[in-house]
Order: sequence, then structure tokens, then C-alpha cells
Amino acid sequence: MFVRGLKRKCFDGEEDIEGTLAGIKAIPSYNLQRQSLLDMSLVKLQLCHMLVEPNLCRSVLIANTVRQIQEEMTQDGTWQMINTQSTGQASLDRLVSTDILCRSSREQAEGKHVPGYTTFNKDFEGDQAQDSSETMSAASSVQVPRNLQSNVWEMENPQENKGNFQKSLDQIFETLENKSPNSVEDLFSEVDNSYYDLDTMLTGMMSNSKMGHCDGLETFSSPTPTASNSNCKSDLNELDHIVEILVES
Amino acid sequence: MLGAGGGNDIQWCFSQVKGAVDDDVAEADIISTVEFNHSGELLATGDKGGRVVIFQQEQENKTQSHSRGEYNVYSTFQSHEPEFDYLKSLEIEEKINKIRWLPQKNAAQFLLSTNDKTIKLWKISERDKRPEGYNLKEEDGRYRDPTTVTTLRVPVFRPMDLMVEASPRRIFANAHTYHINSISINSDYETYLSADDLRINLWHLEITDRSFNIVDIKPANMEELTEVITAAEFHPNSCNTFVYSSSKGTIRLCDMRASALCDRHSKLFEEPEDPSNRSFFSEIISSISDVKFSHSGRYMMTRDYLSVKIWDLNMENRPVETYQVHEYLRSKLCSLYENDCIFDKFECCWNGSDSIVMTGSYNNFFRMFDRNTKRDITLEASRENNKPRTVLKPRKVCASGKRKKDEISVDSLDFNKKILHTAWHPKENIIAVATTNNLYIFQDKMN
Repeated sequence: MFVRGLKRKCFDGEEDIEGTLAGIKAIPSYNLQRQSLLDMSLVKLQLCHMLVEPNLCRSVLIANTVRQIQEEMTQDGTWQMINTQSTGQASLDRLVSTDILCRSSREQAEGKHVPGYTTFNKDFEGDQAQDSSETMSAASSVQVPRNLQSNVWEMENPQENKGNFQKSLDQIFETLENKSPNSVEDLFSEVDNSYYDLDTMLTGMMSNSKMGHCDGLETFSSPTPTASNSNCKSDLNELDHIVEILVES
Repeated sequence: MLGAGGGNDIQWCFSQVKGAVDDDVAEADIISTVEFNHSGELLATGDKGGRVVIFQQEQENKTQSHSRGEYNVYSTFQSHEPEFDYLKSLEIEEKINKIRWLPQKNAAQFLLSTNDKTIKLWKISERDKRPEGYNLKEEDGRYRDPTTVTTLRVPVFRPMDLMVEASPRRIFANAHTYHINSISINSDYETYLSADDLRINLWHLEITDRSFNIVDIKPANMEELTEVITAAEFHPNSCNTFVYSSSKGTIRLCDMRASALCDRHSKLFEEPEDPSNRSFFSEIISSISDVKFSHSGRYMMTRDYLSVKIWDLNMENRPVETYQVHEYLRSKLCSLYENDCIFDKFECCWNGSDSIVMTGSYNNFFRMFDRNTKRDITLEASRENNKPRTVLKPRKVCASGKRKKDEISVDSLDFNKKILHTAWHPKENIIAVATTNNLYIFQDKMN
């Protein structure tokens, strides 16, 4: 269904690069584009999640796009492949698209993916236990891995610093440069370790409010199991500490 | 192409441009809505700063028979102020999303203006006389010492300089949790609807403390939300009928006589997807940004990202006409998604006789489609063309391959210059086209 047509649509200026890889690489490069689109969409959702009042129509459209990609990836079996990767891989590069295009073909064949996505995909392990044709929105019980939380908030750890999540965070900080400290604080209250939990994100966003620390976490606690909830709360002190640093800078 | 000469084709000429000249656009000056009143004599614009500016057409000058009256500022007022929702800790933008005129019933003019949360009914009235010669008051309003009053006189009205006053007569607030995207006055001229992302409310113009919810598509569990309302409008003749469009490209026609809550549509208009054009962006570009009934009430027009579609109300399974606005953007959807342009909401409008439809595009281009001749034209709103009575030159975008002289390649288009709002005079060939912060008025060349 999605063969070469989509490839050309996505990378408007890079047809030459793609062209040479055409025959053998047609399917992998489609996967790359899809991954890149997923990455972009998640960042967009994250950013609009942080805005004062997110545009609901835009958020819904982006969320639907993400769901579409995920559904397709599940059907493809690409989801399975990604899931077998463990977290905390050494080589963590930025945006998948630019990164993978620069890698050797051997690496591509091995299917190395950014751990960020691995963790994200793990959120949907619950889904895969169920009927694989179910859409993401149906599944509400997701596991938020402990190490992802520490990835997000322990800025001192250089290995876990990197990754496209860091890049997303950078983007987020940039957009907040001109905003008041309050919004940064509220930002963190909502952007917690359930970053990759799409449904949770949507819940927080759809309720259309900027919440305080605990309020935000309480809302997120309903779709997520209590285990992660306690993890959230234990990181609160770290959160405060980080926010202080950011606000002062 | 229209304007290329011959027959009954309209030749569009620049008439006026309103707004600041410099390229530095103040955020508050960004025009967010444009609307002619029912006679076409008044033209209202709303901006991001919450202001409404009304222009009035001059009476036709008998000596200057080659041009119609100019539009000059008639009234300017601050319609909405920025607000703060303390409960949610959110700012409510003062940007005017829509203006709709009421038909004129007496000397005063009335319009509805709305921001994201509150609708206001404004009365615009003229004052050109004032009473003079009070017994007990001085001319400046101070009261005279009663002991000095020795004669009796009756105040008389004397002419004064025309003053146009705008006063808010009704404020319809606190009925919308989500952002209002549309308001539409019913043909009964007593009620109107307001639509936000998930709900549509019915109001009576006289009653501000109550409104009836007539459509509610909010799911019980917000995680299941996949579709929002994007626009709504009452039928021009049937006071019980209205339509609303969605982000999934569907239009629902509802009859208020069927039930109090019109969650079940009477008709569902949806065109089946073209499988050859399927991509991850299919849904986003199918999202309808505007819906407008024809003046006759027989047809309705919808605008999605790449096209304009005309629907016959009697046929639900596909539109009767489809016009491509800027098909050359189809191959650029990924970039347009990245820079968010894919979410731009373009409006569309009919001419008075429902024979031509118009909509905006990028690079300050706007497009017109003649439904009878099937010809279309692309014109540009730019200060370079601002010599009155000079016919506008048609523009052309070169999609691929060799670029001919005077053509513009897709990659040279300025995506920051977008024409989202256009309006057509209800009776004459006068159009108002809003660029980011300027309002252009074009008319057809009168011979």
C-alpha cells in the first residue's frame, strides 16, 4: 500500500539519496521516514501539550497520525523488532532520520533504533498481549519503565542524556525561554515520565488545563498502574531541584 | 481564465488597501475575520488584538461613474479584551474569531463578534444631532445655580459632527468549555448557534443567561477523542436546519425538529477516500476548515486543505463539484506538516449569485472558480499592484519541470503570506481579501 509514493512525499529535497537506495532499500527507507514522522509528531504533541491552551483540533489530528503510524507498525511487525532492543544502548543519536541516513547499511540491517523509541514501544507491550489489531486508544494500562524515568530526570548521567528525548527537551526549553518560571514549573508537572505514554498525554492535554505539580500527577495516575505512580512521586524532589536550576539560569 | 478577457469574464482591479505599510507585523494587527453586512455597505474586520474595524462604502459619486464608492473607516472599537480563566489558570485570547452581521431592522446596525469563549452583540448607531439649550444645565453639562434661572426654554436638537457609537448590548458568556470556531445567525433572526470543538449551542439573541446544547460529540472518555467540530452554519432559509463539519472531512446536516439533542444527523456528507492518494497526511488534509451554504440554500461549499468542494444537499455520497486550490502542495505535505502550515484554516465564500467561489492560498494568492464556465484564476494581493483601475494580472504556479516566464515555482512560495479570510459583496463584484495585516479591496472594472 505505501510503496515508493510516500517516500517522495516525505523527503522533498532528498530524492537523489533515496533514489540510489531504491531497489533494495525501498522498504527500510520507508520505515525511516515513518519513524521520523512519528518522532516529529510526538515532539509536536509534546510541545502543544505544554502550550497555554493547546489547539484541540491540531492535537487530535496529530494524535490520530501517531496512532495511524503505530497501527501500521504493529501490523508490519516492525513493532516487534523494535521491542527486542534493550534500553540504554550506547550509541544514542538524535533524530532518527538524519542519523540513520548517515549510518552504514550494515547498521541499518541490524536494525538499531534509538532506545527512546524502545521504551516508548514498551508502553504498548500491554497492547500486544491483547489482540494486535486493537487500536492504541483502546488500551489504557501501560507500563512506565523505571529506567525511562531516570533517563528523563537524571541530567547528570551522560549516557542517558543523549537521545532524541534530550533533543525534544532542548526544543521544549527553547520555546520556553521567553516564558515565565511558572510555566516551566507547570511544564514539568505535566511532562513527566509518561512522556511516551500517548494516551496519558492525550488525557492530560484533553482536560485542557495547566495543572500544578501534584494535580498533574494525580491525573496521570488513573491510566497508569500504581507502581509507576510511586515512582513519579519519588522523583518530585528531583523535579523541583531541576526546575530551580532551569529557572535560575 | 477569468480576467483573461472576453465575454462576461470579470476583470479584477485593485481598489484600496487598508492597514500598515511596513513589513513588521504587529501581532495585534493580524486580521482574523472579514465580513460584509447584508447590504454590502458595511465591511467589518476583526483582529488578533480584539478590535473590530468597520468600513462604510461611500455613496456613489455621480461624476465618477467608473468606480464604485470607496470604503472608509466608519467605526473602530475594542470588542474583546484578554481575559484570565482563574479556575484553569489559562489566558483567554482576545482574538476575534468570527463576526456575523444581523439584518438591519432600524437605523442601528447589529453584529455578533466572538473570541474563543464569549460572544457579544454590538449595536452600532449614528449620532448626528444633539440637544442644546437646557434649562438647568450649562452647555458643558454642569448644573446651573437654580436661583439664576429666570426664563424657561425647551431644548432643541442641533446638528453635530457625525459620531458612530458602538455599544455592547448582550454578552453571551460561560457556555463554551472549548474554543468557539463558528457563529451563525438563524433565518428567524431571533436565534443563533455557536460552535466549539466539541459542542454546539443554540442561543436566543435576547437571552444571555441560558443556551441550549444541540450537539455534543465529547466522548465519555477523552482518551477516545478522535474527531472535533471545525465549523457550523445555519441553513439560509430553513430555520430548523444547520450543518457542522468535522476534522475527519465529514459534514452532518441536522434538523432541530427531530430531537432536542441533534447528535444523530439527518444527513451525513462524506466523500470516499481516493486510495491512490492515501498517505499518513490524508486525514489531516481532509479536515474541513470552513463550510458555507450558497445563498440559494441548495448547495454548500466546504474547504479542506487542498480543495474546495460543492455539495448538493440532496446528495450525500460525494460532492457535485471539486476544485483544486493548490494541488502542487500535495508532494510537499511532509514539509508543510513540519512547519505546521498543514493546519492552516482557509475560509471560502460565494459570490452573490452563487456562480463563483473564492478562497485563499499562500504567497498572498487567492483563487476564484467559476462554476458555469469551469474556469479558474489565481490573483495576488500585493502592494505592487496597487494602481487603481489597473487590471490584476493572473498568476501561475509552476508545479514541476521548466518554469515559464512569470510563473512562480512551488519552492519560491512564501508560506508566511497566507490568505485565510476573504469576503464577497452580497450584490456586486467587490471583494475583500485579508493578508496577514492588510485588507485589500478589489472590484471589477467598470467600463
